[in-house]
Amino acid sequence: MHKRLMSRQRLWLLAGYAAAATALFCAPLFLSDFRLNLLAKFLAFAIVALGLDLIWGYTGILSLGHGVFFGLGGYAMAMYLKLEASGGRLPDFMDWSGLSALPWFWKPFSSFGFAFAAGILLPALLALVLGYFTFRNRIKGVYFTILTQALVIITVTLFIGQQAFTGGTNGITGYGKLFGQSLASPDTKQMLYWVTVIALIAAYALCRFLVKSRFGKVLRAIRDGENRVRFIGYNPAIYQMVAFSISAGLAGLAGMLFVLHVGIISPSMMGIVPSIEMVLWVAIGGRGTLIGAALGAILLNSAKSVFSESYPDAWLFFMGLLFVIVVVFLPKGAAGLLGQFKWLRRRRAKHGEGDGVHYPAV
Amino acid sequence: MRKNVWKSVSLLLIALCIVITGCSSDNKEKTNAGTDGGANTASDGEIKVGILHSLSGTMAISEVSVKEAEMMAIDEINAKGGVLGKKLVPVVEDGASDWPTFAEKARKLISEDGVATVFGGWTSASRKAMLPVFEELNGLLWYPVQYEGLEASPNIFYTGATTNQQIVPAVTWLLQNRGKTFFLLGSDYVFPRTANKIIKEQLKAEGGELVGEEYTPLGHTDYATIISKIKAAKPDVVFNTLNGDSNVAFFKQLKDAGITAKDMTTLSVSVAEEEIRGIGVDVLEGHLAAWNYYQSTDTPENKTFVENYKKKYGADRVTADPIEAGYDAVYLWAAAVEKAGSTDVAKVKEAAKGLEWDAPEGKIKIDGDNQHIYKTVRIGEVQADGQFKELWNSGDPVKPDPYLKGYDWAGSLSAGN
Repeated sequence: MHKRLMSRQRLWLLAGYAAAATALFCAPLFLSDFRLNLLAKFLAFAIVALGLDLIWGYTGILSLGHGVFFGLGGYAMAMYLKLEASGGRLPDFMDWSGLSALPWFWKPFSSFGFAFAAGILLPALLALVLGYFTFRNRIKGVYFTILTQALVIITVTLFIGQQAFTGGTNGITGYGKLFGQSLASPDTKQMLYWVTVIALIAAYALCRFLVKSRFGKVLRAIRDGENRVRFIGYNPAIYQMVAFSISAGLAGLAGMLFVLHVGIISPSMMGIVPSIEMVLWVAIGGRGTLIGAALGAILLNSAKSVFSESYPDAWLFFMGLLFVIVVVFLPKGAAGLLGQFKWLRRRRAKHGEGDGVHYPAV
Repeated sequence: MRKNVWKSVSLLLIALCIVITGCSSDNKEKTNAGTDGGANTASDGEIKVGILHSLSGTMAISEVSVKEAEMMAIDEINAKGGVLGKKLVPVVEDGASDWPTFAEKARKLISEDGVATVFGGWTSASRKAMLPVFEELNGLLWYPVQYEGLEASPNIFYTGATTNQQIVPAVTWLLQNRGKTFFLLGSDYVFPRTANKIIKEQLKAEGGELVGEEYTPLGHTDYATIISKIKAAKPDVVFNTLNGDSNVAFFKQLKDAGITAKDMTTLSVSVAEEEIRGIGVDVLEGHLAAWNYYQSTDTPENKTFVENYKKKYGADRVTADPIEAGYDAVYLWAAAVEKAGSTDVAKVKEAAKGLEWDAPEGKIKIDGDNQHIYKTVRIGEVQADGQFKELWNSGDPVKPDPYLKGYDWAGSLSAGN
């Protein structure tokens, strides 16, 4: 009986994955270049949401600073693209800002390999350092969240102030080529879409693997009772640092993809508002479920596009209404709705993940 | 529990309905306007034009008025029979004060809606974000705000002033009339930093002296420290490139510190009639600004323009330079299309060369080389009624020179371009 049930659930699950994968793989057939480009951007956002879910949904740490990690990844890629576009000359904004030579820290970014590695490792490292000083000192809850907000303000101010090195409020824009291929051509765009799909699937697989592993169990244990975990003999700080760092690395990866799709990165993408928006995607989608977080990012951003195109004057009200509906009636997010189905509930109960999950207050 | 399921399902359905209505109204618009079979061939009595300003976020307060002026111009043109006998249909999008959103919406307007041209943008950052999109898709953007120059995209027409039509003549006038020592104060972003770089070169060349230079983040509201620095430096002139809310704080605190326009000259390049309304005329009275147009500019065209604007949007509304430049943009584009006999971008650009029009600010002319506009420079003083009194103007419209090639001292600024 159990076995048959299991297999039926597996079947459902597989069918779900297959449907999602088919939808992603067939999208280029149905969507115009512009819409495909938008979808690719949303998929990049979904990668951030996965990372955030890892740290918030599974470890119970609310970060309102993921915009910074996203932005760092974006800047790394943008620096490479800008150097490529300038073709050996000084990037235009440095020219206006009175620089006469390329700053030393820009130089290695002329290599794609370096830029790519930096786009993931830089945010991960920053998160590791921040985590080292906070988690080790048992700073948690609201205090950690406030610290991440401070990180956002510091970084944004720094990036705006150093116009000669970062492009200031304008950010870095005006590049057209990747590996000699025009970023504007539909072929490149489709290629980038595939790259994003693969990155999203890889990120999902990584998160799923982490969550299902012993590591993931410890993360959930930290979320539900950090002191108990400590008493059992684990050091929660290390787990929190690693989870936070992976989460930041994923945000960096997403930032790089974002720049390739949108063609601009500016401090406005790493500020407080986008950082909070990222958390909203996870909250609305359903924290503590990976698929919910990813779906949340895609759905909310689609809604934003649709509403703002149809009602440019009033779209914010519709977004607000959507948030209210979800918060009031679907406290577990859109994914919570899936959980209402009987078979899923049964399956969860079996795994000891029933309705009784309590998130510590943030 | 069961009840809960139904509750959530029904709510999700409601949410879905909203989404669907959103989509369907979108589609209706599309099929309606889509009958012309796409952008540049518009054969069915309609031409779609895009309007892309921030309707939400921090820039909305400024950009909504420009959008309204552009809509008014479109309505006026439609009332007179449209362009090439076809009606203009505006497609409005919200840039949301967010630069990547400007890029996204610009792309949408050109490739999805197939608009013939786009009127939009305010901040330099939004223009820089849209520029690659317009160049990539060969679109046409009309940008209505004074800016820092050093740019001339083949796909953008700049209907606001460049530096040699606002900042450079203002500095020259100040040096001749108000004194030699300058204090530069600006918001921390591209326009003030670039503008001040130019001013510093010019001061060196024309015998002025720089006694201080300060930048504050956008939205900054505490100017006590900076005002003490100004008091200590005792400049003849404070050249103010602050933007937005910061102006309110700066001028109020300047007055509280006991400094009035009689003690020291302050010239602003981002304070127009609309900002006076927000800041309060009592603190601004007597201070100076440099623009190409004031609501008080005395031309017959301006009389009609101000009258119509007030009739349409309310008697308490004011017009200002960027509002007028947005209005001009629509008429200039329409005239170029009439002349070209087509909305094709290349043909419109060709036809626009040397095009003249009697704008509310006086006669303006498109420069064929850099797609900027010949404009008259005006220095005005804030009066008790919130309007400007013109102290000086350049007489004839000044030829736009975005790279300041005509100024020897500016050689190092445009290096590499």
